[in-house]
Amino acid sequence: MSAALAYYPGCSQTASAREYDLSTRACCQTLGVELNDVPDWTCCGSTPAHATDHALAAALAARNLAQAMDTGASNLATPCPSCLLALRTAQSRCENEGFKGRVEVLLGRPATLSIRTRSILQVLMEDLGLEALAEKAVRPLKGLRVASYYGCLMTRPVGLMAFEDPDNPTAMDRLFLALGAEAAPFALKTECCGAALGVPRKEAVLELSGRILAAAEESGANVLAVACPLCQMNLDLRREQIEGYTGQRSTLPVLYFTQLLGLALGLPEEALGLGLHNVGTRPVLDILRRTWASEDVG
Amino acid sequence: MPVMELSASQDRAFFEAVCAKSGQDLLRCYQCGNCTAGCPMQPYYDLAAHQVMRLVQTGQRKAALTCSSLWLCAGCGQCSARCPNQLDVALILETLRHMARRAGYNPQPRVAQFSRAFLKSVHSHGRVFELGLLLRYKLASGRLLDDADLAPRLLKVGKLHLTPTSTPGQAEVAAIFRRYEQGAGS
Ligand code: SF4
Ligand code: SF4
Repeated sequence: MSAALAYYPGCSQTASAREYDLSTRACCQTLGVELNDVPDWTCCGSTPAHATDHALAAALAARNLAQAMDTGASNLATPCPSCLLALRTAQSRCENEGFKGRVEVLLGRPATLSIRTRSILQVLMEDLGLEALAEKAVRPLKGLRVASYYGCLMTRPVGLMAFEDPDNPTAMDRLFLALGAEAAPFALKTECCGAALGVPRKEAVLELSGRILAAAEESGANVLAVACPLCQMNLDLRREQIEGYTGQRSTLPVLYFTQLLGLALGLPEEALGLGLHNVGTRPVLDILRRTWASEDVG
Repeated sequence: MPVMELSASQDRAFFEAVCAKSGQDLLRCYQCGNCTAGCPMQPYYDLAAHQVMRLVQTGQRKAALTCSSLWLCAGCGQCSARCPNQLDVALILETLRHMARRAGYNPQPRVAQFSRAFLKSVHSHGRVFELGLLLRYKLASGRLLDDADLAPRLLKVGKLHLTPTSTPGQAEVAAIFRRYEQGAGS
């Protein structure tokens, strides 16, 4: 397909969200989307840099954009919405020449940031499209009822992210429908999970994430799909903490949308990091294996 | 809800500084409360988002800058998306947080400690080293047992890296921090 993409993995994807990176790379390879890692990329600064100083945050993000642009790339993609927000915020603030000057002083080089930045979800939806994705799906996701959880930052801030309806995005729902799954009617699509406050203010995160989990269970979903490593960590890794806090047991698996897409593309579970979850993903695989056995695929 | 006397003294310079730094015209806020209605962190706030807006409008510098809500905001952007007057409420709160930090107010030390530990990790390694970040935060906050249950779970699935990966870009990142700490770019 189209020209190669500069790929910015983001820190989480090298550790606690390793399976997001693995499954993103595996899907893109199968789909013929060439990803070239931003050479020698570093942290985007994320929320803590932003909460500290805008010029510092922009300089940390801008370094990566400059590294990507040095390769001649004109398109960049990252799986992580929080990284994308940091990169886009830097781009948008640097439109102000005074601010850009401050960033360049910190950066020690010109801040040329005109590269187009998007999320992996956005790239797959826009550059390939549902039809092409469905065509490459060799194994239907039939039997799965997916609650798609977008989190805060896929769609907000509205002007900056410019992606779908801020309260009711449908990209993942449409993707899973196209791949043969059902889309569960899930009301808390863009409610906040508590984000990075999980460490300093755990009770807030357990309350908010607990609510999201309960709503997903109520929607009758048998899998919760996410696109953000922080959402995944709060909903999967903190599951026992949530259960302890709310008193409600839940075995609902939380998968990255790229893991579900990868299963439909026929990729093996190891290539998608399905063993790297705290809450077991086996129920999802069991449902799909039954489907595939009866339809003689897989 | 706390009752505050808003007319006793008003710091106009503070009001203007917040407007200028955030690029938002706070006079546009008519106190409808939409921002607060959509805020997931509201139950944990000492002052609701719309109350903070009112404090800024009326030039209540100290009350606005010492408020805990600034530090508990998750940055989800719901308030900004819902404001009928297109005020970027989340950005205003963030601006106030920057001002509060410079003024030495720190009502939620754990949040600030986490932020510092995070940036320290980026400074030292170029990327976030999750285990180092958590240990540094634990030592700074004294919350040694927080999330201790997560480590074995991460270890079980091979996600807890015991040593940081070093990246050649670290030197450039450290230079950004050094210039920032020396007051460049401000
Ligand atoms: S950005 Fe902050 S203040 Fe605004 S709705 Fe989210 S948590 Fe509340
Ligand atoms: S939503 Fe906007 S106008 Fe309404 S109280 Fe909040 S800031 Fe003011």
